[in-house]
Amino acid sequence: MAISDLAVTRPARSSGRIGETLAQLSRSPLAFISAIVLVALVLVAVIGAPLLRDFANTQNLRLRFFPPFSLEHGWGYVLGADALGRSILAQLIVGARTSFLVAGATVAVASITGMTIGMVSGYFGGIVDAVLMRISDIIVTVPSLLLALAVLFVLEPSVVNLVLVLAIARLPVYLRVSRAQTLELRERVFVESSRALGTSDAAIIWRDIRPLVVPTVMTVAMLELASVMLAAAGLSFLGVGLQRPDVDWGTLVSEGREYLTRAWWATVFPGTAILITALSANLLSNWMRANADPLQAAAMEPTSSREEAARS
Amino acid sequence: MLKFLSVRLTTSLVALLGVMVMVFFLARLTGSPAALYLPVDATDAMVEAFNRQNGLDQPLLVQFTNFVSNALRFDFGQSIAQQRPASVAALSAMPQTILLAAISMGLTLLLAIPLGTFAALRPNSAIDRAITTFSLFVASIPDFWFALVCVLVFSVNLGWLPTSGQGSLLSWILPVATVMLHPVGVITQVVRGAMLETLNAGYVQNARARGYSWKRLAFRHALRNAALPIITIAGDRAGGMVNGAVIVSAVFAWPGIGQVLVDAVYNRDFAVIQAGVFVVGIAVILLNILVDLIYAVADPRIRIS
Repeated sequence: MAISDLAVTRPARSSGRIGETLAQLSRSPLAFISAIVLVALVLVAVIGAPLLRDFANTQNLRLRFFPPFSLEHGWGYVLGADALGRSILAQLIVGARTSFLVAGATVAVASITGMTIGMVSGYFGGIVDAVLMRISDIIVTVPSLLLALAVLFVLEPSVVNLVLVLAIARLPVYLRVSRAQTLELRERVFVESSRALGTSDAAIIWRDIRPLVVPTVMTVAMLELASVMLAAAGLSFLGVGLQRPDVDWGTLVSEGREYLTRAWWATVFPGTAILITALSANLLSNWMRANADPLQAAAMEPTSSREEAARS
Repeated sequence: MLKFLSVRLTTSLVALLGVMVMVFFLARLTGSPAALYLPVDATDAMVEAFNRQNGLDQPLLVQFTNFVSNALRFDFGQSIAQQRPASVAALSAMPQTILLAAISMGLTLLLAIPLGTFAALRPNSAIDRAITTFSLFVASIPDFWFALVCVLVFSVNLGWLPTSGQGSLLSWILPVATVMLHPVGVITQVVRGAMLETLNAGYVQNARARGYSWKRLAFRHALRNAALPIITIAGDRAGGMVNGAVIVSAVFAWPGIGQVLVDAVYNRDFAVIQAGVFVVGIAVILLNILVDLIYAVADPRIRIS
């Protein structure tokens, strides 16, 4: 009992101390680089996209299929140009903003909604719980791409609709994780004592259960970030995600496909951008998971904490 | 055993019914197929005749009751685009998809189980780091893009493999690789995690202390005890291979349920959408039951009851 209590409270404690987490992060080179890459990409997307919007849409037919890695026309065309002579680099940066927006918003909507429903469902149990779990079974049964294809074909392709469809498809993940943990926490002594003291159910969920569920959900959310980004790009590739003037990396791959043999760079670079982002998110979430798991965390930093204690 | 199967089947069928209700109404939200199949200057009478012929003139609730009672007899009506029963259109595409999924899953397990096990044998060693990074890398590649780049390299530039369609054995290589891509990454991770946990268990440590070699221990004893999470994720990913089939149909024009469903959505071919989703749903349910049965075989402690 005491040991399992420790195991659950540990991530909650470490995520509270941002400095400590950063110090741990700097000890793992791969995870550290991934975090820097992600932050840099987000900064470029946030700052660069508004500045480059006009340039990204500037057509220059003389630069049609201009090959990459040449500075003849300045840094703007270092990654080449597409079929209409638009700069690939500028389009990648503008597309980054949309891709991050869609992935971030989807994960935020799905995790917050899923966690709330999961905690309430797990805490109260009964018929509502049973019905919610069956609904989540239904969502899992339909292949997500199919659901998205059907829904987005009905609704107009837009950022909001794309986020909604993806969020619904990913909801069960968070719902199940937070429900399972709530089921276990509900029986704990500290919850029982809260109840004995007359605390309301809402307050127990918010103050006793939520702080222990959040770290787990955060780890899952980091993992989901990569797969949501891949799913969104896939939908845009199939032509039901986003359409011009909204551009994301999937749209760029899909447009480049038509000139695949003529201009490989129009396809390869946007895909590489997706790959780098998804890989960084996956490496980071893998580190988060290992760090939260006492069994592996001990192996990751065998003596460091003792050394630090000795030094101070 | 029988009781377990019947409970399992009932709950699954209820879920499937929910899906069918959703698909029925969603499909009808996409607008009338009359606008798509009749010429722009079609008279009202023509539209009416078209709707009557396809049963679209009746009230929605009547359409729905008819749909449910017919679906129970596996009759989904006539495909508007293909001029043959929708159930035939959906079913005839399934063998291709099931074969693709089975081959891909088999190869995935052949690759992921040894990789994950070797990583778990020496946690945090160079091998472990290399395998873990590889599996995360593979899971991060956009599959549709991977397919395109493979076509560019192996079909266009090198000319080794066909670009699309389904002819010789060679035409299977790229679709199978595309479908395998993400499962290999994810399952390797799960195998590693499950093995790591089992190898730390007391009985394994004990056997190790008595001089058994790690390899023998890992593949003979630990793997069997780590089987449950591996089976779970493999079943989950096998169901998800329908998603892969959609991508494969879009890039390689690969015939299968993915192609049928994508065409049906674009053609507003309601009957085929419904039949297709129903067939896929049944396949996923059967897969889940199969996974439960494999559980019982893999772990004698589980009694199916």
